[in-house]
Amino acid sequence: MTRTGSWRPTLARRSFIELPARERSRAILDEGTFRELLGPFDRLMSPWLPRQGIVPQSDDGVVVARGEIDGRAAVVLAVESAFQGGSIGEVGGSKMAGALELALRDYDDGRPVRPVILFETGGVRLQEANLGLAVIAELNAAVSALRPVVPVVGVSAGMVGCFGGMGITAGLCSYLILTRQARLGLNGPQVIEQEAGVEEFDSEDRALIYAVDGGEQRFEMGVADALVDDDASLVRDTVRAAFSLGVPEVHRSQEFGRYGELVERAASSPPTDPASLRTSWGRSEVSQRLADAVQEIEETPA
Amino acid sequence: MESLSFSFETELSAERRVHVGVVGSGDLEVLLEPREEGGAEVSVLTSVDGYEHVWSRVLDRFFSRRPLGGRYEIRDFGATPGVVSLRLAQAAAEAS
Repeated sequence: MTRTGSWRPTLARRSFIELPARERSRAILDEGTFRELLGPFDRLMSPWLPRQGIVPQSDDGVVVARGEIDGRAAVVLAVESAFQGGSIGEVGGSKMAGALELALRDYDDGRPVRPVILFETGGVRLQEANLGLAVIAELNAAVSALRPVVPVVGVSAGMVGCFGGMGITAGLCSYLILTRQARLGLNGPQVIEQEAGVEEFDSEDRALIYAVDGGEQRFEMGVADALVDDDASLVRDTVRAAFSLGVPEVHRSQEFGRYGELVERAASSPPTDPASLRTSWGRSEVSQRLADAVQEIEETPA
Repeated sequence: MESLSFSFETELSAERRVHVGVVGSGDLEVLLEPREEGGAEVSVLTSVDGYEHVWSRVLDRFFSRRPLGGRYEIRDFGATPGVVSLRLAQAAAEAS
């Protein structure tokens, strides 16, 4: 590609990151099929935030949308990162868990529904404490119940990323799609710094954060299956491709033996660097098949 | 956090319900619904206390330029008057 031409594809892209949660859901679903459940006018809001002097939001920061993906019934759960940092409260988390439980019931009734979760969250909403934790546990139970029968596809695009209990939810997904701007982890940089000190992790060092938690590193370490550019149609096509692969034989989170050994080896040796982690952990086994499936979709005329 | 309410005489009425914006830093959400009784009823829940006079002026100006009736429900997270005006205009444009 020539240097003068190389900016054109970038300019032609429609950013996924810049879209709010509702528009992200719309972008994932087939055109014209978006239908929201428990939307803003249902006013299902957090009862806990106003008691702490915080303004709630009419959808509690979670968009649940039914529609179709590739002509098949689907449900997309999207977290709005601009509201309370994408934190998961009792109401928003229950909307997500409930939608997945309904998807499982639909499957049992012979109507499979393709579930997608768009993660943009710091995890539990601290103002709702245990209720937030409980609801993420419910969500994780729902993902675990659903994934043996239909793949659960996760996407984190950035800029908030996916941390805390929702990092576990992302880890339970059948397929996980990230961008370079995404970050994925359990304890976020600020939490590590607060708990273990700035010598352990400097939460203001962006290069360090992306070297450890960044989408590219997570993909190269095999804890995510696809690394895509910030392009709404590419994200949509990658989600479609993931469903075309079907339910994986083994889910990543079932390989705790392998990961246990890798973590133990990393913990017992001198501090390692992000680059050597890529080599020793290696990419996800399905990443190549997923990339091929995306290419096939991209090359098929619409 | 402060809760405010206002009402205005209007000529027109919202034709459909619309939702715009997000309760994020420097932004607000507006839920606008048609109101059979006519007129505009505006409820504001804002994270910033003590700005009732500013809300009153921003809304006065909006309804003098665009007298669109309906039930306006606003949840604000520190939006500036400019952002408030833009969100109101966006809601009105989508509802008429």
